[in-house]
Amino acid sequence: MDIFGRLTIESLPFYSAIAASGAAVTVLGGLSVVAVITYFGAWRLVLFQWLSSVDHKKIGIMYIMLALVMLVRGFVDAAMMRSQQAIALNSDGYLPPGHFDQIFSSHGTIMIFFMAMPFLSGLINLIMPQQIGSRDVAFPFMNAVSLWLSMAGAALVLISLVIGKFSTAGWTAYPPYSGLEFTPGVGVDYWIWAVLISGFGSTMSGINFLVTIIKCRAPGMTMFRLPLFTWTVFITSVLIIFAFPALTVACAMLALDRTLGMHFFTNGMGGNMMNYINLFWLWGHPEVYILILPAFGVFSEVVAVFSQKRLFGYISLVLATMAIGLLSFTVWLHHFFTMGSSARVNSFFGTMTTIIAVPTGVKVFDWLLTMYRGRIIFKPPMLFTIGFLVTFVIGGLSGVLLALPPIDYLMHNTTFLIAHFHNMIIPGVLFGYLAGYMFWFPKAFGFKLNEKWGTRAFWCWIVGFYVAFMPLYVLGLLGMPRRMEHYEIAAWQPHLIVAAFGAFIILLGMICLGVQLWVSVRDRIEALDLTGDPWNGRSLEWATSSPAAPYNFAVLPKVECRDAWWDMKQRGVAYRRPEKYEDIVMPKNTFAGAVIGAAGFAFGFAMIWWIWWLALLSLAVIGAAIIVRASNDDDEFVMPASEVKAIEDARFPQLAKAPKNAMEDEPGFAGQPAPEAAA
Amino acid sequence: MSSAAAMTVSPREAKRYEEKDFGFWLYLMSDAVIFACLFATYLVMAGNAAGGPTPKDVFSLERAAAETALLLLSSTTFGIAAVSLWAGDRSKVLLWLAITLLLGAGFIALEFGEFSGMIAEGAGPDRSGFLSAFFTLVGTHGLHVSVGLVWILVMIGQVFAKGLTAPVASRLMRLGLFWHFLDIIWVVIFSVVYLPGLL
Repeated sequence: MDIFGRLTIESLPFYSAIAASGAAVTVLGGLSVVAVITYFGAWRLVLFQWLSSVDHKKIGIMYIMLALVMLVRGFVDAAMMRSQQAIALNSDGYLPPGHFDQIFSSHGTIMIFFMAMPFLSGLINLIMPQQIGSRDVAFPFMNAVSLWLSMAGAALVLISLVIGKFSTAGWTAYPPYSGLEFTPGVGVDYWIWAVLISGFGSTMSGINFLVTIIKCRAPGMTMFRLPLFTWTVFITSVLIIFAFPALTVACAMLALDRTLGMHFFTNGMGGNMMNYINLFWLWGHPEVYILILPAFGVFSEVVAVFSQKRLFGYISLVLATMAIGLLSFTVWLHHFFTMGSSARVNSFFGTMTTIIAVPTGVKVFDWLLTMYRGRIIFKPPMLFTIGFLVTFVIGGLSGVLLALPPIDYLMHNTTFLIAHFHNMIIPGVLFGYLAGYMFWFPKAFGFKLNEKWGTRAFWCWIVGFYVAFMPLYVLGLLGMPRRMEHYEIAAWQPHLIVAAFGAFIILLGMICLGVQLWVSVRDRIEALDLTGDPWNGRSLEWATSSPAAPYNFAVLPKVECRDAWWDMKQRGVAYRRPEKYEDIVMPKNTFAGAVIGAAGFAFGFAMIWWIWWLALLSLAVIGAAIIVRASNDDDEFVMPASEVKAIEDARFPQLAKAPKNAMEDEPGFAGQPAPEAAA
Repeated sequence: MSSAAAMTVSPREAKRYEEKDFGFWLYLMSDAVIFACLFATYLVMAGNAAGGPTPKDVFSLERAAAETALLLLSSTTFGIAAVSLWAGDRSKVLLWLAITLLLGAGFIALEFGEFSGMIAEGAGPDRSGFLSAFFTLVGTHGLHVSVGLVWILVMIGQVFAKGLTAPVASRLMRLGLFWHFLDIIWVVIFSVVYLPGLL
């Protein structure tokens, strides 16, 4: 047997100039990261402060770095599809069909699994423990394992550009096409193992976040005093724990079909391909809410802070979040009304789908009423929030249309559907995460992001979104199916050219995001956040310094009501120096998480290429790492009170330098929380 | 060694163990959903023999009964090990863990015999949808039991090397949850897969 399985020299992408250049960019990207780290002599820092870190804030930052890299990769895919379709009237364009199919498959896979999921985990990691007044998540080491498994999955998708090909079966990999009989290469296997491995990481994250919220809250932080972002994380974690197993089972069965010749989803021999579609969407629909609920949480935080008002309808927002969480498990069949279920089954799921729009509508009204009579400050996170509110409602309306089975029979598989879900996910999910990124960036790095470039990015994104996706609604009504590599109907082309132009505007938005990061790092001294509370915030994450100390809170805060930090400022107990500090127990750094991630990558690679010895070896490494780690009772250290005092003492001169809150210079500033305002 | 002395834990440590136990329960719930999906798939595919062997042809009630007896008994012996743990009797903990290990290994040996016999008769997982679902459902359970065996082995090593310290005791309790959970899954497998297949 060949020691490299089915991996041969022909697997390298020298057969096509476009594929080869994609591979070259990937390889050069990897090499340049290595070169930059070497140039700055930062290997020690990278290895011992980051790679081995179990600090939730650093893990959060690494997640978001991964998400931003994958956002660029996923956007390049999108831009290639838009430009291909703009020119492919009665011509082959510049992408051969097989390549085009790989691109739409990797675009969806990357954006859902390796952009949105890491972005979500990153924001949660960075902020949630600070919002509930905790020093870390419940299981810091497992948190690192989750991160590195996500990285392993993303690395598999990236490496598929260089070695072999990616799936052509779309991001959902429907059988029987995704089975061995019709798609024999490694592409679908890349998809399966990337999704499976990162899925394990996500499940562990869900467990971790839920235990953290239930068990690690500061004294006085009752459930109904939790900031709304944390509430959404709570529900999202429940959804992760109960939905991801279905994805794991569906992918594992597909892998068994492809690797061991089983007949779960084959066309014959007792296979049942519709079972895959059921299992996949049993995960897939809750997944939509897994992604969007935390974004709703971000909007809830942002809208209150920048309207300078208490969040309207807190209880109704919490109940709506719970309702959405519950209902999200009752609508999955609307992804395949055309599968042929009876009219009764279809009407049940159609009804549930329209019902789920109700709690979402409640949320929209709560946000609007928070803004009503507020004194709104139009910072970039707030712009993204308002852009979301307007655009998301349009997407919701098209969703209610699609929820009606008779209409879905007409619109199924057309670009109308593409327009609909991008209309939900771009403003709902991506704008939410970008708002969170700009809102909480100072908490992660101690300086604010440039607002001018943030505003420009917003306008490019929102205008680009409308120009790129509104034509797809029209095209869907004209009957254009999704995923077309070329077409013969001349009436479609003008709309596709407009859509391609929209993608170009979004490209400008991407560039603005890059420039924003660059300019902000360059001019960081002018935008330092000395108080830790750059926006006159309301929840506890603004009580810590920016960036927060490794232990977040030297003394755990005592919470007395909602908007705990605002309340502390009102009562005049914010920034108060404690009488004495105590020793703090902290988790020790460990390389075990990164080792498990690396072995997870090797395992996935081995399963894709049928390199069985490597699969066994990497499993053995994972097992050994877990056993060694689980036998180690010495995984914590004590940070002495004197060291805590030294870190905290350094903060007070900073606070003295910046007595004013940074928002006080804003026109429309409604004033600091004052003791008399409380009365 | 007196257990009371060894297992006195600070409130902070007690809270950590509580968090770990709760997290482990959540993991078990998540794993239960995996099995739920596998059971649903099996029920959908149980009739899809594709002209090959049907449940009646391949299942043996005697073997399934023996497997059940071994696994249920191993849950009992684990329970005795847990009681010995609270009594602080290290050698008894070791003894009963070892017996549990042997019973579990016996279960795996029987299952291995069942699987290899079926494959040899041409009733392997690649024969039909029904057999794919059967091997995957029962095999996933068997894989869990095998992981449990490795875990028991590791814990025997830890009890031997570290004694009944608080972290070791906490891990043993979670191992117990895992082991009893697999028992419950097996009872469902027996009732959903073997009994209807044979009756």
